[in-house]
Amino acid sequence: MDLTYTAADLAFRDTVRAFLDANLPSDLQKKVRNHLRLSRQDYVRWHQIVARQGWSAPAWPVEYGGTGWTPTQRHIWEEECARSGTPPILPFGVNMVAPVIMAFGNEAQKAHYLPRILNCDDWWCQGYSEPGSGSDLASLKTTAERAGDHYIVNGQKTWTTLAQHADMIFCLVRTDSTVRKQEGISFLLIDMKTPGITVRPIIMLDEDHEVNEVFFDNVKVPVQNLIGQENKGWTYAKYLLGHERTGITAVGRSKRELLFLKKIASEHYKHGKPLMQDPVFSAKIASLEIDLMALETTVLRVITRESHAPGPEASMLKVRGSEIQQQLTELMVEVLGPGALPFDTDYLEGKADHAVTGDDAAAPLAGYYFNYRKTSIYGGSNEIQKNIITQMILGL
Amino acid sequence: MDFTFNEEQQQFADALRRWVDKDYSFDTRKRIVHSPSGVSDVAWNMLAELGMTALPVPEAQGGFSGNAVDMLVVMQELGRGLVVEPYFATVWGAKFLQLAGNQHHRLEDVAKGELKLACALGEKHSRYDLADIKTIAGINGEGYRIDGTKTVVIHGGQADALIVSARSAGTQRDTNGISLFVVPTDTPGVVIRDYRTIDGQRAATVQFNHVAVPASALLSKLGGGWDMLEEAADYGVSLLCAEAVGAMEALFNATLEYVKTRKQFGLAIGSFQALQHRMADMYIHLEQARSMAMLVAARMVCDAEERRRVASAAKVRIGQAAKFIGQQAVQLHGGMGVTDELPAAHHFKRLTMIELTLGDVDHHLERFTAQRGFQQHS
Repeated sequence: MDLTYTAADLAFRDTVRAFLDANLPSDLQKKVRNHLRLSRQDYVRWHQIVARQGWSAPAWPVEYGGTGWTPTQRHIWEEECARSGTPPILPFGVNMVAPVIMAFGNEAQKAHYLPRILNCDDWWCQGYSEPGSGSDLASLKTTAERAGDHYIVNGQKTWTTLAQHADMIFCLVRTDSTVRKQEGISFLLIDMKTPGITVRPIIMLDEDHEVNEVFFDNVKVPVQNLIGQENKGWTYAKYLLGHERTGITAVGRSKRELLFLKKIASEHYKHGKPLMQDPVFSAKIASLEIDLMALETTVLRVITRESHAPGPEASMLKVRGSEIQQQLTELMVEVLGPGALPFDTDYLEGKADHAVTGDDAAAPLAGYYFNYRKTSIYGGSNEIQKNIITQMILGL
Repeated sequence: MDFTFNEEQQQFADALRRWVDKDYSFDTRKRIVHSPSGVSDVAWNMLAELGMTALPVPEAQGGFSGNAVDMLVVMQELGRGLVVEPYFATVWGAKFLQLAGNQHHRLEDVAKGELKLACALGEKHSRYDLADIKTIAGINGEGYRIDGTKTVVIHGGQADALIVSARSAGTQRDTNGISLFVVPTDTPGVVIRDYRTIDGQRAATVQFNHVAVPASALLSKLGGGWDMLEEAADYGVSLLCAEAVGAMEALFNATLEYVKTRKQFGLAIGSFQALQHRMADMYIHLEQARSMAMLVAARMVCDAEERRRVASAAKVRIGQAAKFIGQQAVQLHGGMGVTDELPAAHHFKRLTMIELTLGDVDHHLERFTAQRGFQQHS
């Protein structure tokens, strides 16, 4: 047992830090660190800076443009990005649809889509959830009927993250409704500019436009956009979900947010003393910091195993990761106290340089808290994750 | 990074587990607990024969120079098997001897299994504050004279020698002025009252009435024992964390087995979602606790601040996990869970006592926040 980074890992970390110091634009860094809303251009700009370095898809095989990094190096990269405050590389293309295309797509699909994903030429979104399905994904109703060399897609997807910016959507669609619900599903790639697609915003409780409903009304999708075999989509979907859950853990970001929490807790006072020195409040922060330490160590245990394919342990990481993210936002609001009440949309949307209260750091935090209630719901609710643990690990 | 145990560590664990399975059954343990001495010479000799007493002792003194990670595998097995022998007390005491650097002969005896130790550190008023010491060490000719009373000395009644903290200067809760001594239990003036603890172990009240010890009994610099005391206490924490993980794992497995077999309303109770989710929560706690036991063992060799930080973090996280797993395990076992005949109930008791040894969750949360690094935010 050796729980220290090797010299090679530390040298790698220096390389990553040097890259981030030299290439992360300070305006982007400021937005991320201060919890301000990011524009489409912000995401694309950062993705393309990283792509130029050849690092936009670290986990991919080298032949497709991956890095050949070890799982530990990938962890270091993610941690350093989070520490610096980079915008995220959105997972929908790189981590979700790309592994499916690689594993199950044909050569033409690989040749066309993978380089474009690497460089963020296409903005992808995920068409999994439907209004009636929730965590019971396989009950989806959106249909795709074969008509010559096309499918005709009808139905509705929902909770589609950032679909308002998207060029492409990967969708689970029902191609056979006469069989068991998991068996009649197919995996389709759909161009968002195709006639018949309507994107309608769903405004989150912090009034942010983050998710959408996507309607399909007789949308014509060429048959060559089918991944793998018709009616085998459920297999591909499950393959994808394993990749999603590990990403949601967000230990690196939580470490940065913990420092942010401590910073504001040292700037807000109770009985004339900083909250960081208040025994009751500092114990809450300490408990959370310790939880995060335990989670980080658990993540490292999982990724350094000889076989590091995402297993059911990913469900545990998702549950703890999401709970810790939520507790961080909860404590931030507690730090602000009544200062959390002002809701300064002009500042949040970049229409004003400073918050109306004069406290720029505080302005987004209440919204952040409300918004982050999502983390225990999306990616398979935490209750679903516990079902997975129960069945796959405990054998109940 | 590498989280795997090496072959030797695995062998130690396997040997111990075989011994526990074969010779230290729950019934055997029960007989030992209710025997007059509360421990078993046969079991102790076996632990020595298996190399367990030599494991943490430096090679120069006839041991294997085992580090905290080696001890992690051992303590896990002892926790799993609910072993009540004075192993933790002895190994913990040996850490003081090792840090002192002038106790080679005693360490050799520990390695051979011929010297049992106990640590007499707590006092009635001190709770978890190891610096809160009233026991006095005064100059007495060439040596020292110790006066005072130590409480809840784990396995004090079974020990051949005691590690004693006493105040040679300073005021009651001062970290300056603390001295550490090793005192054979047959020294005139040492009065030991041995009793059973609720988890089936033994502890003692130890009085020191004008106990004269030679100069060579001093383990630290006179009045400068605090750093050694803290370092050895953190080592003790890492041992207890490992033992707790072993106990939690046994408790979790027993509970899992039980919910799979126990039927109500015609179904295994493990098929009810309310219970399944509780099992999933127990599993998550167990894995977080296991991570922390590994981390604290690995960080025992760090600089003092990092060692303190991780030791306290581990004791907090493992204390929380132990309480959750212990309480849920009893609840899921239903009425059986609150009976004396169920091993799981005894794991729960042991876990609860571990939480109350060397600092509980609140104590270590407070200690964690007191470290310099906690206040940093950039």
